[in-house]
Amino acid sequence: MTSKDVVFRVKDLTKVYEMGEVKVHALRGVDLYLYEGELVVMLGPSGSGKSTLLNILGGLDTASSGTVKYRGRALSKATEQELTEYRRFHVGFVFQFYNLIPSLTARENVAVVTEISKRPMKPEDALALVGLGERLDHFPAQLSGGEQQRVAIARAVSKNPEVLLCDEPTGALDFSTGIVVLEVLERINRELGTTTAVITHNADIAGMADRVVHLSNGLISGININTVKKPPSELRW
Amino acid sequence: MKALDRKLLRDLWKMKGQAAAIALVIVSGVSAFIMLISTMTSLNLTRDKFYREYGFADVFASLKRAPDGLKHRIREIPGVRDVETRVVAGVKLDISGFEEPVTARLVSVPDKGSAHINRLYIRRGRTVDAFRDDEAVLSEAFAEAHGFVPGDRLGAVINGRWKTLTIVGIALSPEFVMQARPGAISPDYKRYAILWMGRDALGTAYGMKGAFNDAVVSLEDGADSGRVTAELDRLLDRYGGLQAYTRKDQISNRFLSEEFRQLQRSAEIFPTIFIAVAAFLLNVVINRTVSTQREQIAALKAFGYSNAAVGIHYIKLVFLIVLIGSAGGIAAGVYLGRGLGRIYMEFYRFPYLLYELKPSVAALAVFVTFAAALAGTLRSVQKAAGLPPAEAMRPEPPALYRKTLIDRLGLGRFLSQPGLMIIRNIERRPVNSLLSITGIALSYAIMLGGTFFTDAFDFMIDTEFKRSRKEDMTVVFTDPTSGRAVYELMGLNGIEYAEPFRSVPVRLKSGHKSYRTTIQGIAPGNRLYLPLDTDFKPIKLPPDGIVLTDYLGEILGVKAGDTLTVEALEGTRPVREVAVARLASQYIGVTGYMDLTALNRMMREGGAISGAYLTVDELHQKEIYRSLVEMSRVSGTVVRKDEIKNFYATQAEVLLFFTFIASLLAGTIAFGVVYNSARIALSERSRELASLRVLGYTRLEISYILLGELAVFTLAAIPLGFVIGRALCAYIARSLSSDLFRVPVVVAPATYSLAAAVVVVSAWFRA
Repeated sequence: MTSKDVVFRVKDLTKVYEMGEVKVHALRGVDLYLYEGELVVMLGPSGSGKSTLLNILGGLDTASSGTVKYRGRALSKATEQELTEYRRFHVGFVFQFYNLIPSLTARENVAVVTEISKRPMKPEDALALVGLGERLDHFPAQLSGGEQQRVAIARAVSKNPEVLLCDEPTGALDFSTGIVVLEVLERINRELGTTTAVITHNADIAGMADRVVHLSNGLISGININTVKKPPSELRW
Repeated sequence: MKALDRKLLRDLWKMKGQAAAIALVIVSGVSAFIMLISTMTSLNLTRDKFYREYGFADVFASLKRAPDGLKHRIREIPGVRDVETRVVAGVKLDISGFEEPVTARLVSVPDKGSAHINRLYIRRGRTVDAFRDDEAVLSEAFAEAHGFVPGDRLGAVINGRWKTLTIVGIALSPEFVMQARPGAISPDYKRYAILWMGRDALGTAYGMKGAFNDAVVSLEDGADSGRVTAELDRLLDRYGGLQAYTRKDQISNRFLSEEFRQLQRSAEIFPTIFIAVAAFLLNVVINRTVSTQREQIAALKAFGYSNAAVGIHYIKLVFLIVLIGSAGGIAAGVYLGRGLGRIYMEFYRFPYLLYELKPSVAALAVFVTFAAALAGTLRSVQKAAGLPPAEAMRPEPPALYRKTLIDRLGLGRFLSQPGLMIIRNIERRPVNSLLSITGIALSYAIMLGGTFFTDAFDFMIDTEFKRSRKEDMTVVFTDPTSGRAVYELMGLNGIEYAEPFRSVPVRLKSGHKSYRTTIQGIAPGNRLYLPLDTDFKPIKLPPDGIVLTDYLGEILGVKAGDTLTVEALEGTRPVREVAVARLASQYIGVTGYMDLTALNRMMREGGAISGAYLTVDELHQKEIYRSLVEMSRVSGTVVRKDEIKNFYATQAEVLLFFTFIASLLAGTIAFGVVYNSARIALSERSRELASLRVLGYTRLEISYILLGELAVFTLAAIPLGFVIGRALCAYIARSLSSDLFRVPVVVAPATYSLAAAVVVVSAWFRA
């Protein structure tokens, strides 16, 4: 792979939270490259710093030190407004607890994003992509957990983002529903070529990734490259 | 519609109860404002139009008698545009079927052409025929009260001669918009009338052919009214001129101006309280909404919504509630304004009411409400806008509790665990708790401020008409008369006691301050008329010196022991330095009191009297009325009981209206504050309370925790409300004080209880 294909360049990244009088070192100097079109699984136990890393990559949080470059642009030096623009036009998020707006239907939850994007899909198409073309007008409370997460994925991909960041997307789901969600993510990565990062503490999910980044205690403890990717349907946990 | 706006509408629908409670408070504030201001501007507009179109005079002067030729001299005074000379007199009327004494003011209208000044608005019939001396035009309020129509007749004693007059027209005049007998504090349409007759007829009757005893003047634009009145006074001095005065002191106009002042003041006080409460409630609700929507806010930001977009989203929510409240408030305000206008039209006799709500007033109400709401919610909106998305993703940290003052004092062990929860929760957020208490207290204060008039008026009437005065009726003579006239009265069948009095129009001066009033000469050993001291004990009048109404003392800047100059405006018009003996407490009007003998001495007259106070045998009352009507030197009779009865009759509707509005308004505040507190407490603590249910607490015990907090708020609010309410009453009373009347700050225990009951009931009804 050439350097042209690098989407994220992370160098010596640290993040320190101050919780009252205690300092928590969430990241202690992380170096990482993410490449165009790959599906990366970041694996680690709770407190390993993976969510913090994802939030910084997504422009939701800022680093204490070090640099993060997205396609050559330094996110670590971006202003609030630049970060908002970055999130608006480049990144799609999927959260563990879906974060849907309960007062909006599936279609409207997607529209919240497409309305502010440059080249969005139609909300109906995005929902069809995740297999929810028939449940457009249901409110979150009328959908199952897996369906809600698929709405969240539709919402994240509807803007045609260049990167899709998923924070424990199956964390709140049972096994079979989780597999359905992972299949959707895999298909989007494959069909749309969206660079995708999935963080999880579930090691079994790692099988579907191009690369697996292991995090522990705020540091990268290793990176594996899967020569053979498993389809999600073959994953077991 | 944008998806985010759809969210807004659905969020609003979900919180409809709370939003409605807040909107209701806004409706109250805006409607009170619109009602008061629109009534004021409408009356103002109506008054100005009526004054302009019917040539309301700028300067007024009455005198003893002057030749008509003087009219030209008056017209030559620089600044005078026009002048009209008139004959004005007080008369007794005899209304068949109405056995109580009725007096009237008789005013001449010019024989040639129509009047230029104080023109009549003829509602029915026509004006008088110049060559008839038995025709009269009657004031509308009086005609309505007795059901008179053109063609009816009534008896009048004109300068001692009995006369039957035919009513040819019913009219209104800019001069008598408020038709109250001089000295009265409310109009009495049944017992006081205005009659207009031809100049020639009246001149003949009163020996004023080619002469006049009253002048009304209109001024050029920009004329100096002070110089005109001074010049007029100088001109009329040798003709027995009483001090000329301008519109500002014209009684009907005075009452109107006072009313406007009162409306303006109320429009400033009451709506401000509501808007402040609404802003506070919005703050609480929006703050809570932002807290519960943390994760949604985080998601929106993660997808690239800017801080501003999120902030605007919540501002829109505030705006929507304000909009709903303001729209309702404007509609209700217009409705109530028209109602209040109609009530005022009973008091103030205009030919029509031009109701007007200026768009700028409505816009101002909306703008102020929105600005206040924005100020109130700014912090919460900023919190939403500034929420770092990564942080918002995590649930809100648990609320920080500490040991409270009660714990530290070691009193905690006397409380049950739920009791502790209540106390700690209140102490945890002292500002919000205090604001909730203040909100409920304000509703109590509004209730007091709106209803204390009833008590104040009761006290005022009790003091003025019961403690200070004991007579059954007052008889006034046409001119100062010999003291022997009392014996004539005493000779009438059924009169038990007669106490003479002398009433002298004067100008009181102290330094550069001066005030025109009357000095009341009280007979030694007075039993029926008792000026009261500041402890409401009868004052024994000193043999020398003058006793002044306390408010008059304030106006003139004098106190007991000071000296002031008295210029009598009657008889030989002596000017004397008189010592102020003491101050008297009085709520209605302002007067000076002197011992009758001392006053006669000052006037260099023998034992002259102006009238007498009488006590009568009730059995002979009607007979006495008749005799008094027939006595030529008696110009009028006033019955004390009728005065009281009339006061309540005329005030009742207004008081009822204000009590009703105040209860409604106070109710909405109490409701709004308590309802919102309850909803917020429930939403904040639903998990905690659910956990307690799991632990085996009953529904009742859970309610105790939730409602206990509200009960503490409501109970704490009452003493605070008492203090604020009392201050509000004092402020209102103070701002309404004028030389016409002063409102005492008296709140009866029953009113306090009623107000508390309204608040507690609204609170608990809601909870």
